[in-house]
Amino acid sequence: MSTELGRVRGYGSAHEGVHHWWHQKLTAGTNLLLMAWLLTSLAMLPAYDFATVRIWLGSAWAAIPMLLLIVSVVYHFRLGLQVAIEDYARMQSRFVSIVLLNVYAAAIAGVAIFSILKIAFGAAQ
Amino acid sequence: MQFHYRFSPAMLTSIIHRATGAAMATVGAILLVWWLAAIASGDAAYATFVDVFTTDRGNLNIVGYVVGIGLTWAVFQHMASGIRHLVMDTGAAFELKTNQLAARLTFVFSIAMTVLFWLWLGLK
Repeated sequence: MSTELGRVRGYGSAHEGVHHWWHQKLTAGTNLLLMAWLLTSLAMLPAYDFATVRIWLGSAWAAIPMLLLIVSVVYHFRLGLQVAIEDYARMQSRFVSIVLLNVYAAAIAGVAIFSILKIAFGAAQ
Repeated sequence: MQFHYRFSPAMLTSIIHRATGAAMATVGAILLVWWLAAIASGDAAYATFVDVFTTDRGNLNIVGYVVGIGLTWAVFQHMASGIRHLVMDTGAAFELKTNQLAARLTFVFSIAMTVLFWLWLGLK
């Protein structure tokens, strides 16, 4: 059993409802908060030498929002670049571009998350 | 490719929103990841990163200024036009004058915030 609204959800031209648009909006909101945190934190740092930034990012107060920022920003730009690719690329080039976009987004997120965790868990350099 | 655009603040904001988004997703994301990986890797890797953007005396060089100011402006501009989009998603601000005024204001916001951000960095 489902309501009429529930039945038609996801039956638009894309056959997947509005989750792409909605997730873009949700991550826009989280990006706004997390980028405001990052810009403020960077502006407040006393210096930008290695020791200072290492200690800063080693703290949970910086490492956790930085991890969340990476997840939010990478998901947001993956959705955004997908729309740009779909506007300009057709057929095979679109398919290949979308695959490469996913690989790129995963690589960016993977390296960034590993780096933040390595710093935060105080691994030897 | 053929363009069907007549110049207006709204049309410029739309193009700039996509351009700044694409620039941050590529140049911005790669530099952010390089910076994080350099901090994780150690002193030498961090020095290599810093060297690209600074002179021997420790001040920003031309690359540092262009990339630094460019990316901060891109963040503030994309942020402002993104907030404008969120407002328009509610169905508001579609009246011609309001719409074009809001488009103009995104540039006022981004330029003002970029100037303030770099003044703060320079003065502190």
